[in-house]
Amino acid sequence: MTFSTFISSFWSSTRDGLIVGSIYALVALGYTLVYGVLRLINFANSEVFMLSAFGSFLAVRMLGLDVVDNPVRTGFALVGVMALCLVVSLVIGGLSAVIVERVAYRPLRKSNAPRLVFLISAIGASFAISEAVGEWGFPFIENQKRKEYGLTKFFKREQLFKVFGADIYDSNVIVIVGAALMAIILVLFVSRSRVGRGIRAVAQDAETAQLMGVNVDRIILITFLVGGVMAGGAAFLYELHTPYARFDVGFLLGVKAFTAAVLGGIGNVKGALLGGVLLGLIEAWGSSLFGADQNIGTIGAFITLVLVLMFRPSGLLGESLGRSKA
Amino acid sequence: MQKSRIGRLTAAALGLSLIAAACGSDEKKADTTTADTTAPTTAGSAAAGGVKCDGVTLAFLGALSGDNGALGTNMINGASIAIDDFNAANPDCKVSFDTKYDSQGDPAQATPLATTIANDTKIVGLIGPGFSGETKATMPTFETAGLPMITPGATNAALTTNGWKMFHRVLANDDKQAPGVVSLIKGIVKGTKVGVIDDASDYGKGLADAVRKGLGDLDVQDATIDPKAADYSAAVTAMKDSGVDVVFYSGYYAEAAKMVTQLREAGVTATFVSGDGSLDIAFAENAGDAAEGAYLTATGAPPDVNPEFAAKFNKKFGTDPALYSPEAYDAASVFLAGIAAGKVTRADLATFVSAYDAPGITKNIKFDATGEPEGSAVFYTIVEGGKLVSKGLIPA
Repeated sequence: MTFSTFISSFWSSTRDGLIVGSIYALVALGYTLVYGVLRLINFANSEVFMLSAFGSFLAVRMLGLDVVDNPVRTGFALVGVMALCLVVSLVIGGLSAVIVERVAYRPLRKSNAPRLVFLISAIGASFAISEAVGEWGFPFIENQKRKEYGLTKFFKREQLFKVFGADIYDSNVIVIVGAALMAIILVLFVSRSRVGRGIRAVAQDAETAQLMGVNVDRIILITFLVGGVMAGGAAFLYELHTPYARFDVGFLLGVKAFTAAVLGGIGNVKGALLGGVLLGLIEAWGSSLFGADQNIGTIGAFITLVLVLMFRPSGLLGESLGRSKA
Repeated sequence: MQKSRIGRLTAAALGLSLIAAACGSDEKKADTTTADTTAPTTAGSAAAGGVKCDGVTLAFLGALSGDNGALGTNMINGASIAIDDFNAANPDCKVSFDTKYDSQGDPAQATPLATTIANDTKIVGLIGPGFSGETKATMPTFETAGLPMITPGATNAALTTNGWKMFHRVLANDDKQAPGVVSLIKGIVKGTKVGVIDDASDYGKGLADAVRKGLGDLDVQDATIDPKAADYSAAVTAMKDSGVDVVFYSGYYAEAAKMVTQLREAGVTATFVSGDGSLDIAFAENAGDAAEGAYLTATGAPPDVNPEFAAKFNKKFGTDPALYSPEAYDAASVFLAGIAAGKVTRADLATFVSAYDAPGITKNIKFDATGEPEGSAVFYTIVEGGKLVSKGLIPA
């Protein structure tokens, strides 16, 4: 244990943890929402994230904007390119999640397949998408054959200010504020909107909801859409922080986001957000405490999960999407 | 550790990717087994008078795709020059080169491929495995099968402590590289506070630990990354906050490029030093400006060590030889000399390799009882203007 490193780097690690944690939190929303309405772990959510990460890169390539090696763009041009990429990421995230639902889950639902079959279908969809991208790449992008792609670099990072000695860069602020905004919008959507009420109703009792005139299929589709859009937003923020991706970029991140969802209480929207941020912080602090070892940070995160589940089997904030206010 | 995590969920993915990998490298196989009949005879190729070598095959196992796939391709290309020369000189004794075994450098994927290779009795010698982790995982299989292997790239020092009879390597191990790295940091870079980062791989951790020991008090901050992740902020933060003036990264080029980029973005100006795993032009290309001025060491010879080999390589592939290409050429040449001498069974070839003593293009090739090569030279290279500029030997 290296307490001196931990103390001297405490605020820098906290910053690192918050950044990663915000991304975990957004991806965790996709797992938690789908689990809430379907009692299904949508493993393909991590691939939705991966596709979105590539999506905005694809968009700038198609428009012929050279932003990979040449991040010199300012003012409206920069804002325009970033807005475009954000929109493309959100659209690809939502669209691919809906396609996954249509192809991998809906046929099973129609034939009343056992729950285990859904799980296998989820894992299968996840691997199929990831391996297809690994082998065949994307149109308009030179196929790197399972290697890493350098994604869009929008701007050269500038240090904005210091918090307790930790440098805060402009990209850090965008990631944390962006994630917070998306999370607030989602919480409001689920708790206040008509569709949100539908999602909660289906989560509580799908059969009764149907009797009350809720179109369950439509609600399920919207739930996937919303989860996918969140993964798309996460992918855009991820790209700002770490402009690299490859076909399996979603795997580890997906496992951790799923962990975050379980940590906070799967099916619980606020739980997923809390779990994500907490997981990011535990990882960053854990690795800093043990000689800056990233792998130990990961171990720490999973040990925390086990400990929390031992004392609170339904996660920190409890399981239910239907019963909680959000 | 991340391997087991992946292994847990991915039996299915493994199967899928193996099929995919096998399909993907068919064209490469066709390319490398076609003899270039115009190539002149060189030191490495021998004349096989009247030897029957129908179907005698050498195989390669290593990363051909994935993040560090360039290194495996360097090896295959180097070895294929030797095999082409041999086949051109011996029209009655053509040796096949089986290059379809793509491990992606991953021990979990290399293990089933090793079994396939061991069961293919046409294969009498193996060039590879390319990296240390996969070598450690697959050696028991080759040992049982009695298949002699010569690795052109696995440098983990502990590999020769297992009593393996079939193991040979044509370059010095990491324990011999580490003193070179320490001399470089002390004598040439003149570092006062050094941070040492490893990638938790057999190669990366082995080299990093030896360097940490050699640096002693100069090593003020350690860090370990998960190479499967793309965000190394924990290590970067530790380096920044400890105010080091040299960072030694022990791992492979794909991660080294991201590491140096993230260090520079975080405002760390320390001199970046890395080992032979990072000695690839892709390091300089991926990292761009951030890689400028980085020092890279290697026990492997500079790729342009032999002008005749470099010329042939360039003629065939249109690029200059790269890291481990000359070593792979030497490894292939040892096997080919054995085949020329009529050693076309695994047992005969294994005996031949153990007793081998002749000049190669990198150095004189001779193995000790554990399979270690003679000599312990460490070379260094600096990234200048986006190019790898070889600076010669590190003075001890």
